[in-house]
Amino acid sequence: MSQAEVHVKPLLDIRDLSVSFGTDGGRVRAVDGVSLYVNEGETLAIVGESGSGKSVTALSILGLIGDSGKIDTGQILFEGNDLAQLSTPALRKIRGDRIAMIFQEPMSSLNPVLTIGKQVAEPMWLHRNMAWDDAYERAGELLDRVSIPDAKHRLHEYPHHFSGGMRQRVMIAMALACEPQLIIADEPTTALDVTVQAQILSLLKNLTQELNSSLIIITHDLGVVARYADRVAVMYGGRIIETASARELYKNPSHPYTEGLIASVPSLDGNPGEPLKTIAGQPPDLANLPPGCTFAPRCQYARDECREGKPPIEVIRPGHERACLGYERIEEQVDERLRHE
Amino acid sequence: MSDCAMSEAAIKPVEENIASVRDLKVHFPITGGWLKKTVGWVPAVDGVSFDLKRGETFSLVGESGCGKSTTALAVLRMQPVTAGQIIFEGKDVTHYTPNEMRPIRRGMQMVYQDPFGSLNPRMKVGDIIGEPLVVHRLARDKGKYRERIRELMDLVGLLPDMADRYPHEFSGGQRQRIGIARALALDPSLIICDEPVSALDVSIQAQVVNLLMDLQRRLGLTYLFIAHDLSVVRHISHRVGVMYLGQLVETGTRDELFSHPKHPYTQALLDAVPVANPEIEAQRPHKLIVGEVPSVRNPPSGCPFHPRCPKAMPECKVTKPELLMQGASASVACHLYEPI
Repeated sequence: MSQAEVHVKPLLDIRDLSVSFGTDGGRVRAVDGVSLYVNEGETLAIVGESGSGKSVTALSILGLIGDSGKIDTGQILFEGNDLAQLSTPALRKIRGDRIAMIFQEPMSSLNPVLTIGKQVAEPMWLHRNMAWDDAYERAGELLDRVSIPDAKHRLHEYPHHFSGGMRQRVMIAMALACEPQLIIADEPTTALDVTVQAQILSLLKNLTQELNSSLIIITHDLGVVARYADRVAVMYGGRIIETASARELYKNPSHPYTEGLIASVPSLDGNPGEPLKTIAGQPPDLANLPPGCTFAPRCQYARDECREGKPPIEVIRPGHERACLGYERIEEQVDERLRHE
Repeated sequence: MSDCAMSEAAIKPVEENIASVRDLKVHFPITGGWLKKTVGWVPAVDGVSFDLKRGETFSLVGESGCGKSTTALAVLRMQPVTAGQIIFEGKDVTHYTPNEMRPIRRGMQMVYQDPFGSLNPRMKVGDIIGEPLVVHRLARDKGKYRERIRELMDLVGLLPDMADRYPHEFSGGQRQRIGIARALALDPSLIICDEPVSALDVSIQAQVVNLLMDLQRRLGLTYLFIAHDLSVVRHISHRVGVMYLGQLVETGTRDELFSHPKHPYTQALLDAVPVANPEIEAQRPHKLIVGEVPSVRNPPSGCPFHPRCPKAMPECKVTKPELLMQGASASVACHLYEPI
């Protein structure tokens, strides 16, 4: 599903997005000049560790960054609109209808005092002008589609009657209710058990494919990325540092951070007992970012110019971009290693 | 089953076991009515037996509610034991009083999951690390006390000059190092690690896993490792036990269990874990099991896994399979297997 060579207009096109938050210690920039796109029917994974800006990027799309958050610059182009410029009522029309969101903790996203049926029916009643009874009946069908056993009878139950996995299925049913063009899932399975995690992600992937919708998965789990994503954007310190198709990224990671991240994950087919490769140092503090490349303080290849300016994004192969000034140096070292071998 | 497991252990050649758990049961009371009378019991751990050999890492894996953490707390005697035996360094400590446990605890320490919740925010890091020494009255000589703290910080890769700082000044990975240094303060032989890396960022997890393996080599530590992340477990363990609804369903050496998983639940668990490689992922079958872990309050009859098991037979609904040996170093509780 490589989309690189197909010149279609992307469904979502984010250009040079910067977002900051007001804190006690002044404004902190959480997202710094992020550009990315999602094509129709594509699954994009945004990968990063805590504080990388991956969730803020996703939340900004729907204007869900709260009162302290502000989009400083940039455009979020979706179906002819710049979402960054839309008023809250206009955004509200899009949320749940054209773009739906699934959060990490389903219990805090569901209303505890409303029945499941009412909550699943609401978006269709609201956005699609469906009669309440029709919407309610359709809610039963949707719960059935996300494989909730005995769905029709469970419409009258409340969220606390459902297990974590079942609640996340309800969230998926709600997200799919209006057949949105884009679904954003922010760490959708982090709170769930391994076997349930696999069920939920497969369900989400299959249903979005049936609707030919696009999916953005925000995650820190490189295994989830490998199993479900077509394309990957890697974030670090508020910036995208590398983008490629999933296969290309794992085969030819071209940013020292991506390379280090992939190497540091123990795998089910690696050599157990040997020391894992590590990335030295600590994740960046957004309030105290270094002036140049945000990864430079932890980067073994960093040189002086890395610490001075923000590295520009360059295309290294079709569909494969990265932001790193030390790249030539890496190539040289690889050549060196090959010569020695 | 307890008698059988005990006699088996007695016959086996004496491998040096640092600790043994025999038919451990931990049942929690369910209270009801306005008198809060006990109306039932939740069998959180229901007949678990295993040995910990000196210098090895034995991991307990399983999904939430399988009883792995409760088992770990019971080994430390931080959880009342309903039935069974806990043997540590040759002594049956199951019924020791808190006073009798005090000297025993020096030998067994714990590293917790959440490095943010487990450190007192008002204490200096040096005092957090040294607190066990104070509690066990080993800190009378201030000079030696401070020297020991410096030594411990150095051991876990923290700068000893940081001893006067507070926990909030440290990142997640460094806080976990503080937790490990504190656990090492009393020179224990057994460390129980309850999900020690799952709250950490990916790039930091590897640092802590390496530290734990390095400390094991240098200090000859034994680890009881509780985790749900199978790739970390495979990396760090010598032997692994898989738990489901309060019971061990399979045990084996790392290579055996990961290369030839026997129990259908172990197989499902391994299938569910995505591998961080798209090319391998594209070729994997992704056989997903249906359903979720049932409530421990109402465990299914027979084999606890039978409602979700793709290979369930009529027998599985009725009879609970016992954990039986499969060769010298593995065991499985499943009607599909005859004891070998």
